[in-house]
Amino acid sequence: MQPFRVHTGLVAPLYRPNIDTDQIVPKQFLKRIERTGFGQFLFYDWRYLPDGRPDPSFVLNMPRYRGASVLVAGRNFGCGSSREHAPWALADYGFRAVIAPSFADIFANNAIKNGLLPVVLDEEIVQLIATRAEQSAYTLTIDLEQGEVRDPNASLARFQIDPFARHCLLNGLDEIALTLQHETLIAAYEERRRRRDL
Amino acid sequence: MGRTLLDKIWEEHVVHQPVGAPALLYIDLHLVHEVTSPQAFDGLRAAGRRVRRPDLTVATVDHNVPTADRHLPIADQVAAQQIAALRRNCREFGITLFDIDSAYQGIVHVIGPELGLTQPGMTIVCGDSHTSTHGAFGALAFGIGTSEVEHVLATQCLPQRKPRTMAVRVHGELPPGVAAKDLALGIIRAIGTDGATGHVIEYMGPAVRALSMEGRMTLCNMSIEAGARAGMISPDEKTFAYLRGRPFAPQGAAWEAAVRRWSELASDDKASFDRVVDIEARTLAPFVTWGTSPGQVVAVTERVPDPAQAPTETERRAAERALAYMGLAPGMPIEEIPVDRVFIGSCTNARLEDLRAAAAVVRGYRVHPRVRAMVVPGSQQVKRAAEAEQLDQVFRRAGFEWRDPGCSMCLGMNADTLQPGERCASTSNRNFEGRQGRGGRTHLVSPMMAAAAAIAGHFIDVRQWKFK
Repeated sequence: MQPFRVHTGLVAPLYRPNIDTDQIVPKQFLKRIERTGFGQFLFYDWRYLPDGRPDPSFVLNMPRYRGASVLVAGRNFGCGSSREHAPWALADYGFRAVIAPSFADIFANNAIKNGLLPVVLDEEIVQLIATRAEQSAYTLTIDLEQGEVRDPNASLARFQIDPFARHCLLNGLDEIALTLQHETLIAAYEERRRRRDL
Repeated sequence: MGRTLLDKIWEEHVVHQPVGAPALLYIDLHLVHEVTSPQAFDGLRAAGRRVRRPDLTVATVDHNVPTADRHLPIADQVAAQQIAALRRNCREFGITLFDIDSAYQGIVHVIGPELGLTQPGMTIVCGDSHTSTHGAFGALAFGIGTSEVEHVLATQCLPQRKPRTMAVRVHGELPPGVAAKDLALGIIRAIGTDGATGHVIEYMGPAVRALSMEGRMTLCNMSIEAGARAGMISPDEKTFAYLRGRPFAPQGAAWEAAVRRWSELASDDKASFDRVVDIEARTLAPFVTWGTSPGQVVAVTERVPDPAQAPTETERRAAERALAYMGLAPGMPIEEIPVDRVFIGSCTNARLEDLRAAAAVVRGYRVHPRVRAMVVPGSQQVKRAAEAEQLDQVFRRAGFEWRDPGCSMCLGMNADTLQPGERCASTSNRNFEGRQGRGGRTHLVSPMMAAAAAIAGHFIDVRQWKFK
């Protein structure tokens, strides 16, 4: 996986609850058999008008958010389908972190496996960040090493993440390789089960 | 202290528990479909890895298969490539595939149980969030992403933290006309779409025990819509009776041994849960969603709510947005909302019992002239069984389309989609914006309620239905 240590970037606000993975990447783009190139489909039905032109009122189409790499969203971000195409699209578009009051479990797992950091903060802080990002160009630093979110002026909040996920993210570890190190244990487990089921 | 069903399954499957890290959990059954697997197989090839247990891995095609004209080549070239990729991958890695022409093809969460692949006490994963369906059998079943699909293919294990537990106790009896789907929607209404995040729900109580296995599957299926990692129900005689004699269920002496083992799985009386939610069955009604999140739901006899009444500013804005998308005004009676399309299908509600319930409503009536209605059975076996009972005739005579099995208009990855602005009464699980087609408006309902809406041309309280 792509390591994540410290990232500083422009914030794009999309402060709505229950942003589901169907919105993040609509189903018509799930038929590709590659992992790459999904950024062009990110938030497709919100980003583009039915005639295919960009919708100028959608946040990612506003020139001031060009190059944004931190998304701030409402609670239960990533609910719905297990499609990993959702974090693939966010990461491919250029996002490195999503800040929200809560995330759907499967989405958070999928995001971490792609070096996209889900940052859970209190609703009031998330709202504050969204408001600031709506008002002017707002830059945040997400520091996974310190477990801290800060803006150019001050530290805003501490955040927690599963320590194993943190370890994997900081070091960009291949989780499958880690599991394969336990081959003897897996084989022994299978043997125990085989004997039981005889 | 007693142990929960989750405790028992969990302890049985821990291969290794490193200090401070997730447990390495063994996976008994891995279900694979065409949409979330190609990148996982590519990952295996790139790393020179094999599939560790092809014998515990079963594949089918469901998400993007056409539900009509199956004798013709698939018109959608990209979908055809995805299906071809699954065929190649299954051949290369030695995985059983129930292909489009197999008598066992169907929606992955319908075929697992009906083939007896799904069994109590198992750990089951699939690259699909509705894997929670299999929890109806007392299995720990949850959806995973493609990276995890690759992980399970390569190792037959997943590193997992043990989720917290939530007991949802449903007291009393479901009133007539109130289906398992309504129970699921009622629970989501009570706890919210993120009410069970980080938890595994165990459904219990008399109203849950009284459900058929099909009803239990519908209930567990929708767990993910409440944010749960999984939903499950302690296995009982009904569970065993459903599985007996199924093609992949244990046979003979192995069956007897399995039932003895399965009989020990139910949560102990004294087991404690991290959270307990109590629901009174008599307070439930046939529900209809009015918004773009399954939690935006009211009884069919209620009205479209006023966003001004929302508890927070954020919720108010979300409700306004949802109403604008859905083309509805606050205060409108649900029963006055006209429908253009009706979809009876999906892993939530496309089993034989669902089709029987819908057919009982439809029998002797005609679909409203404005409505286009379709039934998409959950599997080839469901389709054959329904045809043996001539349910297809009931639907066809009424003016429904009778299709071949697949996910179809639940997520609209094939040609079965809504046109912009079309309004659909759907037995599926998600009313998200654009889920059934860009600009399409989805209302989630039970099979009986969908059938009644098809005939009436608008939502109608099925408790008042005149059955012919």
